[in-house]
This record gives sequence, C-alpha cells and structure tokens, in this order.
Amino acid sequence: MKDKKEHILKALKKGVRYDGRKLLEYRKITVEPGIVHGAEGSAKVKIGDTEIIAGVKIALETPYPDTPEKGNLMVNAELRPMANPDFESGPPGEEAIEIARVIDRGIRESKAIDQEKLCIEKGEKAWSVMIDLVPLNASGNLLDAGALAALAALKNTVFPEITEEGIINYDKKTKEKLPLQKEPLEVTVLKIGEYFVVDPLPEEEELLDARLTVALTAENMICAVQKGGTEPLSIKEIDTMVGIAQDKAKELRKLL
Amino acid sequence: MKRNDGRKNDQLRPMTAKVGVVKNANGSAMFKIGGTTAYAAVHGPRDLYPRFKQDPEKGLLRCDYNMMPFSGHGNRVRPGGGRRSKEISMVTQNAINPVVNLTDFPNAVVDVCIELTETDAGTRCAGITAASMALADAGIEMKDLVIAMSVGMLEGELIADVNGVEDCELGATDIPIAYIPSMDKISLLQIDGEISREDLKKALELGKKKCLEIYEIQKKALKEKYSEKVKSK
Amino acid sequence: METLKVKNRDIVVPGETLAEGMGFLPSRGTYRIRKEIKAQRLGMISVDKKVIKLIPLTGAYLPKVGDKIIVKVIDIMMSGWRVDTRSAYSAVLGLKDATSDYIAKGADLTQYFGLEDHMIAQITNVTSQKLIDVTMRGPGLRKLRGGRIITVNSHKVPRVIGKEGSMVTMVKQATDCNIIVGQNGRIWIDGEPEKEILAEEAIKKIEKEAHTAGLTDSIKKFLEKKTSKKLEVKGGSQK
Repeated sequence: MKDKKEHILKALKKGVRYDGRKLLEYRKITVEPGIVHGAEGSAKVKIGDTEIIAGVKIALETPYPDTPEKGNLMVNAELRPMANPDFESGPPGEEAIEIARVIDRGIRESKAIDQEKLCIEKGEKAWSVMIDLVPLNASGNLLDAGALAALAALKNTVFPEITEEGIINYDKKTKEKLPLQKEPLEVTVLKIGEYFVVDPLPEEEELLDARLTVALTAENMICAVQKGGTEPLSIKEIDTMVGIAQDKAKELRKLL
Repeated sequence: MKRNDGRKNDQLRPMTAKVGVVKNANGSAMFKIGGTTAYAAVHGPRDLYPRFKQDPEKGLLRCDYNMMPFSGHGNRVRPGGGRRSKEISMVTQNAINPVVNLTDFPNAVVDVCIELTETDAGTRCAGITAASMALADAGIEMKDLVIAMSVGMLEGELIADVNGVEDCELGATDIPIAYIPSMDKISLLQIDGEISREDLKKALELGKKKCLEIYEIQKKALKEKYSEKVKSK
Repeated sequence: METLKVKNRDIVVPGETLAEGMGFLPSRGTYRIRKEIKAQRLGMISVDKKVIKLIPLTGAYLPKVGDKIIVKVIDIMMSGWRVDTRSAYSAVLGLKDATSDYIAKGADLTQYFGLEDHMIAQITNVTSQKLIDVTMRGPGLRKLRGGRIITVNSHKVPRVIGKEGSMVTMVKQATDCNIIVGQNGRIWIDGEPEKEILAEEAIKKIEKEAHTAGLTDSIKKFLEKKTSKKLEVKGGSQK
C-alpha cells in the first residue's frame, strides 16, 4: 500500500494522474435525463467508467409532526452487487449511507425544493419526494456523480395526477414541475500527500489522506460540506479546496 | 383483437440489446423490451461462502433479481427485496442452470446480478434474456443461450409479450416461459390465471416461436461486441 | 448431407450450429448434439479440415502448473500467505516456497510479504479440488515494488507477449518501462508516469485488437507515432 502511494505521488509531482489526467481534471461526463419511464423524474450520469441512475418517486403522505407544513424529502443510495464485485447485497453500508446523507444535505440545506409548496393540507397531506441513487458501475467518485444525477433528475421531475378521490394516478403525469428554487451540485476534492485532485479513481480513493465534498448552489454559495479521510486539514487547505470546488462546480453546471 | 398498444397478437414490443455494459463485471448485458429494461452482470467464478454451500463437483450458479426503487409503475419499490424477488431469483437460476457447465469450477460460485431499471411487465423474462447474454460475455461454458418471454391469454386469444396494462388492468393470463433452442426445452414455466390444456399447448408453441425471434437479437448483440474488436483497425 | 455453417475466424455464440453431419469432428469448445456440432462458449472459429475448434475470446483464468502469474497477498497465516490469483481460487505460498532464508516459526511474515503486496510467482501444484500452491523460488520470481498493475483477459496474454516475446519487448523498448506479464492476465508496469500510461494504452490496444490481422504492425505504428522512436520488431513475424 505504501509502495503504491509513493508511486502515485511520484506521478502527481509531475502533474500526472494515474490515468493520465491533470490533477484538477474530470473524466468525460455525460448526463442523460428522463431514462426511466415509470419514475416522476430520472437521469443517468456517467463520469468515466462510473455510471449512476437517479430516480425520483413522488407520493402523497402525512407530513412529519415536527414539520406539519412541509412535504417530506428523502435521499437513499443503494450500492448493489452488480456495480462492483466487492459490494454485497443487504442493508446499505457505511459508504452508501454517507453518499445518501451528503447528497441529502446539499439538497435540503440549500432549500433546493420549496418543501412548503409540497404541502397540500397542513399536518394532513403533502407530496413526498423520494430520490434513489443506484450505480450501474462504480469506478470512483460516486458522490459527485450521484449529486449531479440527483439534480438532473429533480429538474425533469413532474407531478403525477391526483384523482377525484384524492389518490395518485401514476399513469397520468401532469406538466407541473417540482418547485425547485436552488440547484445544488457537489464537488469532492481529494488531498493525496500535498496534492489536490478532483474526480478520484478507485485507486486514488483507496489511499487519500483527506477529502472534502462541497455542495454548492448556482450562486456558488456553500450549502453543505463533508470532510472525509483520516488526515486533518489546515484552514488554508480547506480554503484552497473550497476554491477548487467552486471552479469545478461551474464547469459541471454547464452539462445540465 | 386490437391490443391496447396497437400491436398484433403475436407481435413483440420493440427491443434493444447491448453486451458489455457494466465495466466492473466479467460479463454483462442490457435487454430492453418495450418499457422493461433489465441489466445483468456476472461476477466470478469466485470463492463461495458460506462453505457448506460449496459443491466439490462443480461451481454454483447464483442469481439475484432486483427491481430498482424507482423502476415500478406505481409506488416506490422498497429496497431490500422480499418474497417476490427471492422467488424470481430462484426460478431465474433454474431457468438458466440447464445450459451452463461449471464443472471446471468446483466449490466456486458464478454470481449473476439482475437489476431492473424500469418495468412494464415481463421483468423476470427480460432478466433471464439479459442474464444468458451476460454469461456468454463472461466466457462461461454453456450449451446455448436461454430466452424468456411471456405469453398471455386475453379475452380468449393468445398474445405474445404481455405488457403492464394487459397484465394488471385487463386481467390477462400471464405465462412466462424460458426456452432453450438446442434442447428444444422449456426451463421456466409459470402461469398466473386460467387457461385450458389445449390453449396452454398452443401458448407454449407461440412462446417458442417468439423466443426464437429474441434469440436472433441476443446473438446479434453478442457478435456485435466481439466482431467490432476483430474488425476495428 | 454435410455442411459447414461457419468459416475460419467467425465469431460464434454458445449454441450456434457450426456444422451438420457426422463427418465433422467437434474439438475444444464445441459439442455434438444429434447430427450437429455446436459452440459451447463464445469464441472464434478455427476449422482444420474436418476438425472444428473454438478459440475463446473471453472467460476466467484457469490456473495451470508451471504458469507464472502475478498474485496479491490477501491473508497472512501461521504457515505462509494466502494470495489472490485472479481466478476462482486463491493459492497458498508456504514458508519454504517464499524464500531461501530460514524463517523461524512465529516470525513476523510481513517483513517478507505484506497484505496487498503483488508478486510474480509460479504455480507448483493444482489439485482436483483446486487447492493451489505457488512458489517464489525460481528465476525472475520476485516481489513487485512500485509500478502499476493492469489487467487483460487471460486469453489475450499470448498476444500481449507476442512470438518469442516480440510484442512486449517492443512496448518495453518504446516506453522504457519494466513490464512483467502474468499468465493470469495481470500485468505489472513500472516506469516514468507518462510512459507507464502509454504502455498501458498500448497493451489495452493489443487486447482489444488481439485477433486482427497485422497486429504487430499496427501496434508498432501506434508506438512510433506516440514516441517518435524507430522501433525494431525482434523475433516475431508480421502475422
């Protein structure tokens, strides 16, 4: 392991990544919205060999007692065995939970969805928005790919029809879009040795010292952050990493 | 009879197949028929745990069928599987097992992961069709590909490739079958609904004929991946 | 009636009919059912008079005695190391096979090989139940320090090596990298960062075009263009 890290560091010193990219360069990204016909919103994002689907389902539910005037929001990630031979079936593990929670915070804390507008009857009935993220192939950087897919899926989400009896008719979709007021994206910056890189490969994720995932709105306001990895960061380093994330978020935004 | 999506009784929905869609897998394939899309990925042959499941004579084929949470037609599908996906995983395994030869891999396991990204009936069949392509792509020894498709009986008429409306709203009798051409045998058969003995025989004949149509699409998709490699220069 | 349904170099899928009639003989990768010969896996056809053979294009590595393979340490035991062989089975490297040094019982084995270390080892034994032994004692067998490990399908390894090693020698010459090719499809590359990436690219290209005619030429041109070096092909013919 130490050996492998030294080898990767030697290349980073020359400004070369493991796959030949520059340090602050993403792999090729494609965004394909609306690929699941039965979902209210969906998108498939590819970053290099990583491929992830985000699907949005909408339901009518009772709001939580502590937020009676808001519709519910839920983000879930499923790392199914298909996407990587090392993934196991069963309840979500640490990695899946972290991905889901960090993406959830970006959407929730930026107030991306006006949850009050989802409320139909205070304390009784409101739209719930459920976002599920499932990779088809996991080859690094699931967080950025997942956040991008989630936003692309939210952007093409439309409400289903409500029948006269007040239940959902999933077969009929309306033209009404989700009340989106912010568009959060996430950029993960890694620190390996003294170098900063974005869009990590699995090899790089394995030996990172620290990582910072920054959720940013279109105005480049920070709305959520997650520090990962075992090494602590200095304030100066954090500032540099946030700056990198802001620059990269602008690039990613052009793909939507 | 006029079908709700305008098809003839014996007409399949539009299909696409692609091989090599999951980079991390040893073999993989996607099969889309109408609004149903199945991905299949093969991991292994690899170590099998728990050890008591090991077979010293040959490797074990293990299938895992799953619907993605957003793939359903109505409500969100709760993750974590359940009785339905357990049963489908089992019948899928039994449908494919007769063709694969894993005698080179005693004590090991070949895992076939099947994921449905979107569904409009016929999901287990699409899964089996994709899985057999994925196994071929993984280089597993097999006597043949397996093709699956659902035949239906609606208002006294036989229909091929039952769709969601026919299955759930119009109450068609649903008969998913899997067919192995070289053996001329059926390796999956389930029936949901009423049908007479005579009609069942006809239904199976129709199913067999339509499976052979899908077979051509499977072969083409597999050859496309590998011929491209030979030609590309 | 005897009919051959395929020709040399055709790509076939499992179950595909290759020939009809009893005059043809099924060989590796094919089987006879009734009067037909069918493919038993995905591959490329090779017909030699009446014998029909199938060359696999994909599939898992099958460990064979004598193969030199690149292994990865996955467990350290009292009596040696368990290593991953990139096949369905792991192998055991025993203390006596690890080094010519005397290792005392209970010694710290990580000073020889630690978890995740890669080595080029040789298979000395494969039982019917696929228990595998490997050794590190032999010419060229050693721990692989630094560098990167890439993988290709093990069926393509002969093409990567080339006739008498001509192909891999050419890649080494062009990139100044150390390259070791394991029969299990793991390949170790060590050199300057950009050169390693070029070597990887070249090997992936060989894998992808493994069964095209004029492969050596096409790889030579590719490498010459990328490095502006003039390359010599040693040993191999232009086939």
